[in-house]
Amino acid sequence: MTLAPSRGSLVIFITFVVALLLTVIPLPDWAQMFRPQWYTLVLIYWTLALPERIGVGTGWLLGIALDVLTGTLLGQHALSLALIAFVTYQMHQRIRLFPLWQQSLTVLVLLLIERMISMWVMGVASQPPASLLYWAAPLVGMFLWPWVYIILRDLRRKFQVS
Amino acid sequence: MVVDHRQHHLETVRAFLSVLVSPLHYIADLPLSATNWLTNTFASHNRLLNENRELRKENILLQAQQQKLAALEAENMRLRDLLESSFKIGDRVLVSELIAVDLDPFKQQVLINKGSSSGIYQGQPVLDANAVMGQVIHVNRFTSTVLLLTDSSHALPVQVNRNGLRTVAMGTGKIGELELPHLPNNADIQVGDLLVTSGLGGRFPPGYPVAEITSVKTEPGQHFAHVTARPTAHLDRTREALLVWTLTPFEEYQSDLAEGEPPTEESAEEATPPEADAVSSAEDVQ
Repeated sequence: MTLAPSRGSLVIFITFVVALLLTVIPLPDWAQMFRPQWYTLVLIYWTLALPERIGVGTGWLLGIALDVLTGTLLGQHALSLALIAFVTYQMHQRIRLFPLWQQSLTVLVLLLIERMISMWVMGVASQPPASLLYWAAPLVGMFLWPWVYIILRDLRRKFQVS
Repeated sequence: MVVDHRQHHLETVRAFLSVLVSPLHYIADLPLSATNWLTNTFASHNRLLNENRELRKENILLQAQQQKLAALEAENMRLRDLLESSFKIGDRVLVSELIAVDLDPFKQQVLINKGSSSGIYQGQPVLDANAVMGQVIHVNRFTSTVLLLTDSSHALPVQVNRNGLRTVAMGTGKIGELELPHLPNNADIQVGDLLVTSGLGGRFPPGYPVAEITSVKTEPGQHFAHVTARPTAHLDRTREALLVWTLTPFEEYQSDLAEGEPPTEESAEEATPPEADAVSSAEDVQ
């Protein structure tokens, strides 16, 4: 058995950086609650595409970077993203076979789980409960998933990330 | 997470990681600062002239007020000398700019472009042109995070300017609203009263304006009145923030000496802030 040399780490890294950038880029006030969880979408895609390279560890590191970037409790996003990466890894063979709309629904569930864990952590840290709009971001993320999927797939093929 | 929340051992880790991610903050800030730069560069001659005239007018007005203030300050000091009580007036301030990034939408915090390299310390009070904005919670090398006073984890000891009634202003998590719990129903407080910092927490220097009372509701069945206030600082609009060092009399004497030489920006920035011990013992943040 030969291991293929892993290629395109830079491409993966850049997509994560862009996702983090989209997370902190200033938006008008009304749009803030609708900001999709870009980082989760990108993490789910790479875990689906390259489960042997991207997984819980990457999710955790991404989460720590996000916590520092947005000033949340250190570990809040790390916990949820590591868990999302784990669930995606467990189901990646099934999800890959789904048609795109069914994938979107699965992604919605994953995004909701991530949101819920964040809410629990905030609740334990005694921050005030968020409004119902808190749950809008996963929905936006669900509708964005097909595009994210197609763009990242084309990127992966173009740069032959494996 | 528990360690980060309860104790603060992870501050150094966070500060180190922040240096790694801070380029992202700057890139995210780029569109806005580029637009600002362009409007400044291509501003019309007329507009600049107008602005200049306005600023000059404002400057004269402020200077006139300052003259009166100097006399009052001297008088105040004389009277306090008579009473033999010491009083600190001197504060040193540093202007910093906000970096336009959206942090966690569920916390009221902003990022400023000065960090430990400029002598910022944790718990340092931050003002804007009008009033108190909040305090520094995370210090990194070149940036620091400011917790606004409307965050739900922020509490600030204040007093009513009119009669000196002391109380605590708690953040509600909503921008533009503070809450004053534990005020008895018969407390002497009215809509429109100005709240100023009382300096009791030890973190904020006394006498800076904080908020204005917007509503006082008393219900006979309740033990306490329901009082809310609106911060006078423009928390959601301001672009500059002032960082304040309270000078002890000795430091004031030193800075007076230093003012004999032509002041440079470096020397002003590198002067040592007061010891953090006195500050960290205070309990402003719950």
